[in-house]
Amino acid sequence: MRYMDYLKTEKFPLFWCAGCGNGTVLGAIVRAFEELELTRENTVVVTGIGCWGKADDYVTTNSFHGTHGRALAFGTGIKLANPDLDVVVLMGDGDGVTIGGNHFIHAARRNVDLTAIVVNNFNYGMTGGQYSATTPETRITSTSRLGHIEQGFDICRLAEAAGAPFVARATPHGPVQMKNLIKEGIRKKGFAMIEVLSPCPTHYGKSNRLGGAPEMLKWFDEHSVSVEKARRMAPEELQGKIVVGKMVDREAEDYGTKYRRIQQAAQERERRGA
Amino acid sequence: MKRDGEVVFTLGNDAITAGAIAAGARFYAGYPITPSSEVAELSSIRLPAVGGVYVQMEDELGSIAAIIGASLAGKKAYTATSGPGFSLMQENLGVAVMGEVPCVIINVQRSGPSTGLATKPAQGDLMQAKWGTHGDHGIIVLSPSSVQECYDLMILAFNFSEKYRTPVVFLADENVGHMRERYVRWAVTPADIVDRKAPSGDPERYRPYDFEGESDGIAPLACYGSPYVFRINGSGHDESGAPCGRPDNADKFIRHYEDKFLKNIDDITRVNSFGMDDAEYAIITFGCSTRAAKAAMKQARAKEIRVGVVQIVTLWPFPEAVVSSVGERVKGIVVPELNLGQLRGEVRKCVSSDIPVVGVNKVDSRIIFPDEVLKGLEEVVR
Repeated sequence: MRYMDYLKTEKFPLFWCAGCGNGTVLGAIVRAFEELELTRENTVVVTGIGCWGKADDYVTTNSFHGTHGRALAFGTGIKLANPDLDVVVLMGDGDGVTIGGNHFIHAARRNVDLTAIVVNNFNYGMTGGQYSATTPETRITSTSRLGHIEQGFDICRLAEAAGAPFVARATPHGPVQMKNLIKEGIRKKGFAMIEVLSPCPTHYGKSNRLGGAPEMLKWFDEHSVSVEKARRMAPEELQGKIVVGKMVDREAEDYGTKYRRIQQAAQERERRGA
Repeated sequence: MKRDGEVVFTLGNDAITAGAIAAGARFYAGYPITPSSEVAELSSIRLPAVGGVYVQMEDELGSIAAIIGASLAGKKAYTATSGPGFSLMQENLGVAVMGEVPCVIINVQRSGPSTGLATKPAQGDLMQAKWGTHGDHGIIVLSPSSVQECYDLMILAFNFSEKYRTPVVFLADENVGHMRERYVRWAVTPADIVDRKAPSGDPERYRPYDFEGESDGIAPLACYGSPYVFRINGSGHDESGAPCGRPDNADKFIRHYEDKFLKNIDDITRVNSFGMDDAEYAIITFGCSTRAAKAAMKQARAKEIRVGVVQIVTLWPFPEAVVSSVGERVKGIVVPELNLGQLRGEVRKCVSSDIPVVGVNKVDSRIIFPDEVLKGLEEVVR
């Protein structure tokens, strides 16, 4: 299948605002699907709620659109019930690490073989640009007009600390890198989390005078530092920088593989009449 | 259901688990909470032994989400909880309603509100089971009064959930869940089991919510991984699952979420009657309070009060016609329940205002005793 075959082009134009990064992420996802030769029948795209939660409107694979923040829990059930499926869970920063933060850390810890793609635009776009758990301190949003006073999550560090065996970050300024990281994440046997920073010129960009989409993309580019380079930099040098690339890629047996051993042991026990 | 099988002496939560697995359930996701935890513990042992999956989630929001996902991936799925957890599940219970996803949610009721009197018996979630999740909808709620019914009705709960593409709430209570008594674990045959209607024909034309062309009014449901690619949507959607905000479409589907039960109410209704043939009075009740009602009936009949017991097993959709006809035959009704009158209100709606409907209500953490029911009955008789 070509990447366009994974898209419901009849639904175009995309619902998202001009300059939003979501279209670029969706493009990277379907290109990754093409390169991995995923089938529509065997793939399930699970979405949350919010701007990025509309992504399932445009895919031709199986899909599930549920509630705000719970996408990983729905995905966990789908994957554990049928381990042969490729389950790709799409969440925003609200879904992923704010209302759904508990599911996020436990999905990472549990290491179910899911691919989570968290598009982080630092605010709640759909409801009018309120602050989320990733909004950096001092930033202006529609509910922090005088400057945000909470610290924002670093989603990648959160995933790593929770035990995710694959953690990466990309920005729409590097769509090929993004596609490659998504591809690796889908291929990874275990919980893979790819954070994609995305410009929201309509709300976050406007409130913080970051300019339009081109300026925001340029800002991502200018502030991006590769994982390799970041390892050689001092913490103070990394202040205000965006580390992009693959932070974590380690071997860790996934939940489903371990659980199959539990099933075998339980069945053996049953046969012995224990 | 009188069938031969292994005689087991055990507690209700054990029979619930056995019933689920006998019904074909192969996936459990849950979060432990008393008085339902034995269902989790026994499921964690028994499911892997039959090739099923037990997963303990981080909370009840995730638990019900996981069983919805598992159901769509082709496994009959269930969870068990009690009041505080059932409150958390209301969010995604709505997803199962709107997504029309078969699954069974066991609520072994305990005293509320909030953490309540952990973990004393109560029957205070009758209304929550119907109305707890926001928006208009129907749902099936079954309630057992004995260990045997825990087993029998769990099988029925799965069958209904598959047949009507719906979440089914299994409304047990602490008393029934923790009570030990004898039951017959009859062996199910394929004829006892209902599986969801699968789609047929051209996969390109499959629409997971196209119920109108179906003789039973229920759209077929594929599972993820089959040739039938499909989309499940907890937002307002059309027949294909695509979001749709058209007023006529919204009207059609929201009515469908209730109509599919009302149109089939005769099939869904289960009511057990005891001594109603010559009854001048009726005790209408459900769950654990049925036991006190039956004992009170015997005591009353010894005093020559002609009374019968009507146990409402299918609480929702509420069997209005059955209760109305009871109301036409008796001079008065007593409704014992471990809450402040949730069932009584429904009964009141169904019978003439000339008929007294007296509640026997307890919320002091103790079950209702037969003499308390009898006292209520004697008030009606006077």
